Amino acid sequence: MTREDIIKPENLVYKRTSVLKDATMHYCPGCGHGTVHRIIAEVIEEMGIQDNVVGISPVGCSVLAYNYFDVDFVEAAHGRAPACASAIKRLRPETFVFSYQGDGDLASIGCAEVMHACNRGENITMIFINNGIYGMTGGQMAPTTLEGMETVTCPYGRDPEIMGHTMRLTEALAQLPGTYYVTRQAVYTPALARKCKKAIRQAFENQKLNKGVSFVEVTSNCNSGWKMTAVQANKWMEENTLKYFPLGDMKVNGKFDPKFIERIATFDQPNETLYSLRKK
Amino acid sequence: MAKELKLMKGNQAIAEAAIRMGCDGYFGYPITPQSEVLEHLMAERPYLTTGMVVLQAESELASINMVYAGASTGKRVMTSSSSPGFSLMQEGLSYIAGAELPALCVNVVRGGPGLGTIQPSQSDYFQTTKGGGHGDYRLITLAPASVQEMYDFVELGFDLAFKYRNPAAILSDGVIGQVMEKVMVDDYKPRWTNEYIEEHCPWAATGHRAGGKSTIVTSLELEALKQEAINERIQAKYRKCEEEDARHEAIQCDDAEYLFVAYGSAARICMKAMELARAEGIKVGLVRPITLWPFPTKAVAEIGGRMKKILSVEMNAGQMIEDVKLAVNCNVPVEHYGRYGGVIPTPVEIFEALKKMVK
Repeated sequence: MTREDIIKPENLVYKRTSVLKDATMHYCPGCGHGTVHRIIAEVIEEMGIQDNVVGISPVGCSVLAYNYFDVDFVEAAHGRAPACASAIKRLRPETFVFSYQGDGDLASIGCAEVMHACNRGENITMIFINNGIYGMTGGQMAPTTLEGMETVTCPYGRDPEIMGHTMRLTEALAQLPGTYYVTRQAVYTPALARKCKKAIRQAFENQKLNKGVSFVEVTSNCNSGWKMTAVQANKWMEENTLKYFPLGDMKVNGKFDPKFIERIATFDQPNETLYSLRKK
Repeated sequence: MAKELKLMKGNQAIAEAAIRMGCDGYFGYPITPQSEVLEHLMAERPYLTTGMVVLQAESELASINMVYAGASTGKRVMTSSSSPGFSLMQEGLSYIAGAELPALCVNVVRGGPGLGTIQPSQSDYFQTTKGGGHGDYRLITLAPASVQEMYDFVELGFDLAFKYRNPAAILSDGVIGQVMEKVMVDDYKPRWTNEYIEEHCPWAATGHRAGGKSTIVTSLELEALKQEAINERIQAKYRKCEEEDARHEAIQCDDAEYLFVAYGSAARICMKAMELARAEGIKVGLVRPITLWPFPTKAVAEIGGRMKKILSVEMNAGQMIEDVKLAVNCNVPVEHYGRYGGVIPTPVEIFEALKKMVK
């Protein structure tokens, strides 16, 4: 069989969405960014909005996201993507607007901007990639770093007594009346990636309703920063990160998910995962 | 409805001008002595009439980044603040200059450093005219000396910002911001349509992939040679701006032997000091820079070169004097008279300083 025999429409089982440019991504193998980029691009293609969308990229590993998406993009200053997205949506309400940020960008330096954009109920989609570390600058502690976890700026493990607690910012945002849809997803298995795509599609569709922020956190690994292989990192994430940052919806159509209400009632109690990590 | 005469504060004139010239969005945060800009806009509610967006942001950081993003989409957007808040905006202004975007920011200056005072000052001259944030860039800086100029410079500021795709600043102070004067206001002009923006701003990220190619707005270029080329392009714009858009006003300079150089409210006070001096036979003129960057170097060199001495009168410890000295290449003695920390000099004080210099 020749190459020409194989490349036929009837044999086609997968192709790159036209919303992604034909560019090689700079992300580390095993990182969640590439998968989430593809999911967003597919959603944009399926919704037919490629010519009516503006993306906002952050500062961090995904600073160059605009090199991969074939849609109009604005590169924000560190942490300010929600302010940028707010302005663009207000000035161009007919345009779909999404921000894309990591945990250092969103939860640390950009904490005020994300809080207030959510509190104002901006009619935008926010994508938040949480890998518990600063990836691009070389693996420093983030607000989302688990207690006990080692990074280059907490080489003996994060000690909450001197370095603060692991921040569950998404849970806080869900409690603001300006958020309409808040969910935590992951992409490290095909099943989870499919579920995540459904969530991101929902988060974009919601912009048609003008009901407030749709916020999708995607818990990811940072195998380079965590100093593990991709497989080890996913296993570690499953055993540790997801115990403290469990997957699932927190708020749907402006209403709390019953499991989320049960879960926040336990926030004043010690978390087993953090306790076991700290004991090491 | 044609032109109308109104009595208003300088800060209100900024807001009124924005609505009437067809500005698309204002993003601001309260700080004395400029809060009337946002207050006037919220009272007028242009979002119900012209469609102009007005938003009280959570901080000056958010405001300037909202301006950055709004400008990225080709909209005419602005912010205003006063000194401490303007300091917070410097990073954003650097991004706006780096991404080559047009935007307008107003600084109604109060005395510093630090939290300082809420009284008027001109102590942000260096910050505004020399860049302020990181990197090699300049702000096109307009210095109004009346409430009428506060009004007029909004549209002029946007015109210059779009001509050069660079942020423009109105460097005012607490006097011009708070004083009430009569202002001739224009009739309402329509905002630019999205079609007009698509046609005239091909660099804008409108969301529509104009020309079938996605538009990226960024100030990031990691390769040094490419970043240098961007810097060269920006510097070429600045040379053109210095050549074409330096503005000044010369008053009673033809027969003058001595010269005041002053801008904004200091220039207004110098006008009275000139009367006092000329009544006593001291022939003094005034050059009032209207653009502080580009500084009217040629005019100051030409007029100042004919003088016996020059007095740079500023409400600061001596900032513009450096540009005056550079303009005359130190061929003419240049002295400084200033009050600072929020103190406004009187005409008599300036006249006394002139007499001391003349002796």
